[in-house]
Amino acid sequence: MTNHWRDIKNADLILINGANPAEAHPVGFQWFMRAKLDRGAKIIHADPRFTRTSAVADMYLRIRTGSDVAYFGGLINHVLQNNLFQDVYVRNYTNASFIVNQGFDFKDGLFSGYDPGKRTYDISSWSYEVGSDGFAKRDMTLQDPRSVFQLMKTFYSRYTPEVVSSISGIPVDEFNKVADLVGQMGKPDKVMTIVYAVGLTHHTTGGQLIRSGALLQLLLGNMGRPGGGMNAERGHANIQGNTDHAISWEILPGYLKIPAPGQKNLDDYVAQSAPKKSDPNSWNFFGTNYRKFMVSTLKAWYGDAAAKTNEFAFDYIPKPGQNSSWMSIFDQALKGKMEGVILSGMTASSIGPDSNQVQQALSNLKWLVVMDPLPTTSSEFWHAPGIDANQVKTEVFMLPTTHWIEKDGSFVNSGRWSQWKDQVLPPQGQARHDHWILSDLFNRVKDLYKQQGGKFADPIMALTFAYKDPLKPDLDEIAKEINGKDLSTGKQMTSFALLKDDGTTTVGDWIYTGSYLDAGNLMKRRSGIQDPKTNDPTGMGFYPNWAWSWPLNRRVLYNRASADLTGQPWDPARPGISWNGTKWVGDVPDYPPTMDPHDPKAYLPFIMNGEGVGRLFSNSMIDGPLPEHYEPVESPVTNPLHANNSASPVAFLYDQAAGRPNRFGTVTDFPYIATSYRLTEHEHYVTQHVPHLVQLQPEPFVEIPWELAQTKSIKTGDKVRVSSKRGKVEVLAVVTKRLGALTVAGQTVFQIGIPIHWGYVGIPADADPGHGRYWLANALTPFVGDANSRTPEFKAFLVNLEKL
Amino acid sequence: MASAIKPGESYGFFTDTSICIGCKACEVACKEWNQLEGNDPKFLADSFDNTGQLDDQNWRHVKFIDNVPDQSVDAGNGKAWLMMSDVCKHCKHASCMDVCPTGAIIRTEFNSVFIQQDACNGCRNCIAACPYSVIAINPKTGTAHKCTLCYDRLQDGLQPACAKACPTQSIQFGPLAELQQAADVRLAALHSQGVTQAELYGRDDKVYGGLNAFFLLMDKPEAYGLPNADNAGLPSRNDLGGYIAALITAVLGTIAGIVAFRRRGTS
Repeated sequence: MTNHWRDIKNADLILINGANPAEAHPVGFQWFMRAKLDRGAKIIHADPRFTRTSAVADMYLRIRTGSDVAYFGGLINHVLQNNLFQDVYVRNYTNASFIVNQGFDFKDGLFSGYDPGKRTYDISSWSYEVGSDGFAKRDMTLQDPRSVFQLMKTFYSRYTPEVVSSISGIPVDEFNKVADLVGQMGKPDKVMTIVYAVGLTHHTTGGQLIRSGALLQLLLGNMGRPGGGMNAERGHANIQGNTDHAISWEILPGYLKIPAPGQKNLDDYVAQSAPKKSDPNSWNFFGTNYRKFMVSTLKAWYGDAAAKTNEFAFDYIPKPGQNSSWMSIFDQALKGKMEGVILSGMTASSIGPDSNQVQQALSNLKWLVVMDPLPTTSSEFWHAPGIDANQVKTEVFMLPTTHWIEKDGSFVNSGRWSQWKDQVLPPQGQARHDHWILSDLFNRVKDLYKQQGGKFADPIMALTFAYKDPLKPDLDEIAKEINGKDLSTGKQMTSFALLKDDGTTTVGDWIYTGSYLDAGNLMKRRSGIQDPKTNDPTGMGFYPNWAWSWPLNRRVLYNRASADLTGQPWDPARPGISWNGTKWVGDVPDYPPTMDPHDPKAYLPFIMNGEGVGRLFSNSMIDGPLPEHYEPVESPVTNPLHANNSASPVAFLYDQAAGRPNRFGTVTDFPYIATSYRLTEHEHYVTQHVPHLVQLQPEPFVEIPWELAQTKSIKTGDKVRVSSKRGKVEVLAVVTKRLGALTVAGQTVFQIGIPIHWGYVGIPADADPGHGRYWLANALTPFVGDANSRTPEFKAFLVNLEKL
Repeated sequence: MASAIKPGESYGFFTDTSICIGCKACEVACKEWNQLEGNDPKFLADSFDNTGQLDDQNWRHVKFIDNVPDQSVDAGNGKAWLMMSDVCKHCKHASCMDVCPTGAIIRTEFNSVFIQQDACNGCRNCIAACPYSVIAINPKTGTAHKCTLCYDRLQDGLQPACAKACPTQSIQFGPLAELQQAADVRLAALHSQGVTQAELYGRDDKVYGGLNAFFLLMDKPEAYGLPNADNAGLPSRNDLGGYIAALITAVLGTIAGIVAFRRRGTS
């Protein structure tokens, strides 16, 4: 989230897309209700399904899954055509005035630079015209036809209400009602928030779906403001912490890029990774400090072995030559190139797309380690349909781990708050903490290297591991290490701005610097609603002494943009930060604390990027500088905007790339759209083992639109088969009008809802004669990913439906 | 719930269904605190409800009433998919208490209706008498069970588990007078926002003399399966006249019985 949960209470209008917070985040949902109850805020929920969120929303829009770019694109068009954008903000706080290179073009669904053979773009033309001073040219009147503003206006002029309706299925009059409400949110005294979750992420266009919402928020001047922002609801209690600490293969902690092949030293790395300054008033804080963050990270990892003379051990860091994201791992296993896999805190069989193929991949392994408190569909993957247990050679090791309630540590919530928690129960049985297992494993590997030697052992042998008990590190010690310290004084670092590139500072994750000071662990702080007057002095819900949020305990990111050019809040009733004549007050400023906004040399508001302003046009995405609607890879219609390039031209097709036949179905065989999701009664897969929750949702089911069910004589409680090109589920039907027909591109289409959760382990499976053999929802989903993130397209695919 | 919980004051629930999101946290929190195992898992083919009813194992039950229309529409002014966390109403005129032959059902110092397990003989009279079907026999103990308003928690100054767990404050616990005031404010706000169908149920004395656990409903009580004010009177046997008639009948019957037995004994 750019903002945080409690801040949602500050909004006048709440757009919810690709999310179902009432069910997925019931506790956080209290702030939506507070906005509604206390300030009469309106909630607009656009979703394929009428959910428990829709039930308490003011407007519900039945939208075709994966068509949110059209929805946001239509709203962007409405705002641009009717001059409803926040004028001062757009001119000064976004790159609307930047002049784009002559070479940039967009025709028939393709941006300039496309290579059909490689299915990739050469993005060099997605750049700015550079002036003689070396900076990007700007036209503050926004009239230049090559300005981002004019290009964008033309680009989105195609998204008329009729086109939006034709793509999304939202009736024109309903869409216009939303446009009217959203169009009022560009006034400085109004503010809107957009809340989204994996309903936007899980598409081959996932990155762009999110960006389209962010563009709308920039145009309305809602980024950086309390009650505004682009707010991702994260999946489980600590997925934000996972991401921050580099759960994704392409980053190091704190979103530093993973070094790439060919980078021989830190200069190469920084030159190719750090943002570059493109305006004289841009601070480019991230770009300027990139090297310091990297060197301090290397010092934390390699201690004395990281020195100026060896580029601070830059050579020790892998430079992956190929994508190593989630699907890529199992793609490698399918190719027989993986020997073993360690699964920690997740079950590959259930969570990945095309689970039959994933389980095939697991059975190609020599060994599989499952670290989990309870049996999972991976620790028992040989129960999967199509797998003959006698033929599986994979040796499976089950290492019982502690549940989060059995250990202390931090949870980082969607709002970036790192909140320390206590151990509540002692570990059960022989369960060990995940980090103890990994430490033990590391030390044993190190011993083996010591005894036997090996190729390039240095990165293992030189790794610092200075814990009191190297086999059982405390999470407290690790948290302290993550914060970083000044090696010359031995003191904890107080800010990442003080990190150095000369090897005298360390940091485990620079965005967490300031969380654990010499005075103690700030994540443990609990000054909350017991005394709102003292603990929330601004009344905006920042509660600065409750836990700690990155970066630097800032509660709203980009908050310089919450104030006008002179430093006064756009809305005095809802200040983020404001200039009091000598310093910035309010939230922790995302800006130099004493920089006078009247100074002609004052930095632009978005200090982290090269431009210094919000990017409406961006070359940071590899599938386009502006979000465009593309159909899901499996879709019942061709793209009304450009039939020749219907789906994303750069979505990564794993099977095709690996020389396997594509496993995509067509509308002839699989006439219905399906989308997958969770229910409020479930938490990932673990709740299959919890009796009280199993009682609430005892058996797997699919939700079928009433109208479609009529044609197939399906009643609630009947058993049905839902199949895709890749697999099938055989479960109960819930017939409902909460899902219904949509008119898309002149055709009637139906969407079927498939809750994920159940599988062949747990209480329901034990009670089922078939042992839950055909219960894995991801048996249906396609093995294809977003071009940028390789996130699978879980949320839009084609299926058939039969009554059994 | 700001103030301390004091014996001698009336407490209850105000359940505001307009902000209920059907998460069932109340059901689970209740079972966890009161150590209720719950019934065997069973798919009930009724929207998202697999609990079914209030009974000895379920003292909170979220009802789902699915009226979602066919077409893409506005959200139906909160009427499209009704969710309501149902519970024992702790009625002022509690018919369960009236019919309990052993005196097991009492009114506590918090003005809640409570079944004393050690005094219950499992006669089931209360089950038949309850107009809301909240009571059931636990086959293991052979006694009647229902919501206790977390009597044990109240005695320790803690609010009931369901209210504590409710994420949206749809379930509010507190002194009855405060709750009634909060409900009036909330109803006025909804009416001013054009949600004219919203109404309070059990807030006044029209339903069984008033309910300590009362509701804000987004549709008519009948839509939720609740008796409306016209139908929410106690049977006539609860009238004084009815009582006296019953008493006379009972006395006469007893005398007749004694006479009959005596005659049999002497013959």
